[in-house]
Amino acid sequence: MVDGFLNAAVLFANFVLVPGIAYGAQLALGALGITLIFGILRFGNFAHGDLMALGTAVTILVTWWLQAHGVSLGPLPTALLALPIGVAAAVAVALVSDRLVFRYYRVTRATPVTFMIASVGVMFVLNGAVRFIIGVDDQNFADGTRFLITANGFREMTGLAEGLAIRSTQVLTLIVAIVAVAALFWFLQKTVTGKAMRAFSDNENLARLSGIEPGVIVAYAWIIAATLATLAGVLYGLDKSFKPFTYFQLLMPMFAAAIVGGIGQPVGAIVGGFLVAFSEVGLTYAYKKLLAYVVPDSWASDGLIQLIATDYKFSISFVILVLTLLARPTGLFKGKVI
Amino acid sequence: MKKALLTFAAISALVSATAARAEDVKIGIVLGFTGPQESIMPGVAQAAETALKEVNDSGKFLDGKKLVPVRGDSTCVDAAAATATAERLVRSENVVALMTDCSPVSTAILNGVSIPNGVPQLSPSASSPALSTIDDHGLFFRTSASDARAGQVLADVIKSKGYGSVAITYTNNDYGKGYADALSAAFKELGGKVTVSVPHEDGKADYSAEVATLSAAGGDALIVLGLADQGGLGVIKASVEQGAFKVFGLGDGMYSDAVLKAVGKDMTGSFGIYPSAEGEGNDAFAKVAAAAGFEPEKAYRGQSYDAAALMVLAMAKGGKADRATIAANMLDVANAPGDKILPGELGKALDILKKGGDIDYVGATNVELIGPGEAAGSYLEYEVTDSKFKPVGTR
Repeated sequence: MVDGFLNAAVLFANFVLVPGIAYGAQLALGALGITLIFGILRFGNFAHGDLMALGTAVTILVTWWLQAHGVSLGPLPTALLALPIGVAAAVAVALVSDRLVFRYYRVTRATPVTFMIASVGVMFVLNGAVRFIIGVDDQNFADGTRFLITANGFREMTGLAEGLAIRSTQVLTLIVAIVAVAALFWFLQKTVTGKAMRAFSDNENLARLSGIEPGVIVAYAWIIAATLATLAGVLYGLDKSFKPFTYFQLLMPMFAAAIVGGIGQPVGAIVGGFLVAFSEVGLTYAYKKLLAYVVPDSWASDGLIQLIATDYKFSISFVILVLTLLARPTGLFKGKVI
Repeated sequence: MKKALLTFAAISALVSATAARAEDVKIGIVLGFTGPQESIMPGVAQAAETALKEVNDSGKFLDGKKLVPVRGDSTCVDAAAATATAERLVRSENVVALMTDCSPVSTAILNGVSIPNGVPQLSPSASSPALSTIDDHGLFFRTSASDARAGQVLADVIKSKGYGSVAITYTNNDYGKGYADALSAAFKELGGKVTVSVPHEDGKADYSAEVATLSAAGGDALIVLGLADQGGLGVIKASVEQGAFKVFGLGDGMYSDAVLKAVGKDMTGSFGIYPSAEGEGNDAFAKVAAAAGFEPEKAYRGQSYDAAALMVLAMAKGGKADRATIAANMLDVANAPGDKILPGELGKALDILKKGGDIDYVGATNVELIGPGEAAGSYLEYEVTDSKFKPVGTR
C-alpha cells in the first residue's frame, strides 16, 4: 500500500506537478509583461506573444553563431550566453514600436480600444518579421545536459515502478523565473523609478503633477516587459521547442493568467500563470493509472477518468477568462477592470 | 480586307494545326502542384510523364500515336478547384483518362467529373478506405493500397511480435483517423486490445499532455500513426523523456531518419511498416528514373509511373485510344496471366499486345489490382537496431 501511494505520488509528479510548474513559470513571466504594460499604458498588448517570438528568434540565431564558433557553457544551454543580445533586440523593437505607433495615440489621448487595435497591427508586423528572420518551422536550439534525472534512472535509484523525469531546462526555468521576479519586485518596491511607476499606474494625473516624467516611465515599462517576454520565450523554447505559430498561440493563456490574477497586479500575474498552467495540465490528465495505485482493485475503472480530452486543452484558458470576467472582473488580486 | 484575309489565314492555320494533332492522345495529370503536397507532386508528375515518353520514344503505341500529358492543379484539399480543373481537361482538352492524387479531391473528381463523363480515373496516392467501397461505375483505379490494408498489415506485425495491448496515437486528419480505425479493428479481430486511441495535432511545441493520457491508459507498445517531422516525432520524444513507453510501432509516415536522429538509441526495438516493393521491378524502375534524372525512392513516384503505364497498356490491349477501352482492359493488363513487364519494357509490352498476346504488368511496385481495382499493397516490415531501420521482411 505504501508502495502504491509512493508510485501514485511519483506518477503525479512526473505528469502533472513538474510539467505544470515549468509551464506555469513560463506563463507567469509572459503574463507579468502583459500586466505591466496594462498597468502603465492601460491597454492589452496583443503584440506580446510575437515580441516574445522575436526576442527568442534573435537569441536562437546568436546561439547558433556561438555554437558554430565552438562556444559552449558545458552542462548549461549556450542560449544563456546569447540571451542578452536577444533581450536587447526585443527591447529595441518594443521602444521603436512605441515611438512609431503608440506614442502618437498617447499624445492624442486615444481610448484603450484604439491602443489595443493598434497593438494588433504591431502584432501582425512582428509576426511577419519573425517569419522573415527565422522561418515558420520548428527550431531546436537546446544543448548541454538534457536531464537532471531520467525516468529510467529514477526507477533504478528508488526501485519504484514509476519513473520521474526532471529536465534541466525545467529547473533552469524555475531558477530564472524566481530571480527575475525577485529583481522585478525589488525594483518596483525599493527604487525611486519603481515607486514612480507604481504611482503612475495608480493615478496618472497625480503622478504627472508630482513631477514624474511619463516618457521615462513608459520607456521603463517597455524595457521590463520586453526583457520578461524574451526570458519567457527563450525558456519555453529551450524546454519545448521554438515555432513562431505556437508563440502567437501562447498569447491566450498569458492573457488569461494576467486577467485571472487581476490585470495590473504583478503578484496576480504570477499566481494566474500557475493557475492556468495547472488547470490545463490537471484537467486534461487521465487519472486512471493514478487511482489504480491508491484504490482497491475492485474499484478500478476501465475508463480513462479524464475530465477533458487533450484536444480541448486550449479551450481551458478561454473558459478561465470568461469565468473570471463574469464572476470577478477585477481578478483574484483586485486588478483593474478592462 | 487585307486584315480579314490575314485573320482567315491565321484561323485556317490554327485549324490545320489542330487537325495535325488529332492523332495525339491526351492524358490529364491532375495533381496537387500547390497546397500541402506541393513539394512532392512535381516529382510524381515527372514519373508519369517518363512512362508516357518511354512509350512515345518506342513509336509502337497504336501505330505511332503520340501521348501528350496535360497538367492541372488539384490543390490536394480544395474539392471545388480540383473539380473545375478536371472538368476543363475533360471538356476542352478531351483527355482519355485522369490521374488524380489526394483522397478528398479524388473522390470529388470521381463523383463530379469522371462518372458523369465516363472518364477512367487513376490515382497513385489516394489511400482512403472509403474509395474501396464507393460506387465508381468501374472507373476508379489506384496503384496505391488502401489504409485499411496498411492497418491490417500493421496489426499482423504487432501480433507477431507478441504484444497483446497497444495504445494508438494518430495525426488528427483523414489519413491518421482512417489508419487508426483500420488498425484498431484489425487488431481487435486478432484478439488484441487497444487501450486508447488519441489524436494529436501537428505543429505543437509540447505533447506531454497527450503522452500523459496515453501513459495512463497503458499498453505494451505505443503505435504512432503520425508524421516524422511533425507531431508523431513530438509524441515519441515526450514519451521517451517521461519514460511512458519503451517500444514504438510506426506507421508509414514515420519512416524517416529524422526520427532516429532525434531519439537515438531509445528507439531500439521499435518496429514499423512502409509501403515498398523490393525485387526486380523496383531495381528496373531505379534505372529508368536515373536515366530520366529523378530520384526513384521519393513518395508515390513508382506508383505514378505504374498508373501512367497501365493507362497506355489498357488502350493498347483494346486497340483503341478512348475512355471506355481503358476502363475495360485495366485489370486485364495489370494482373496475371501473361508475360511479366518491368519498368523500361513498355515497348516490349506493346509488341506483345499488338500480336494479341497477354501481359502481366509488374511495374515499379509489383502491381496487383484487387477487388474494385486497387493495389493489394506490399509492405516492408522493419525493426530498429543500432539506430538504423533493419528490414525484416515483406508482407
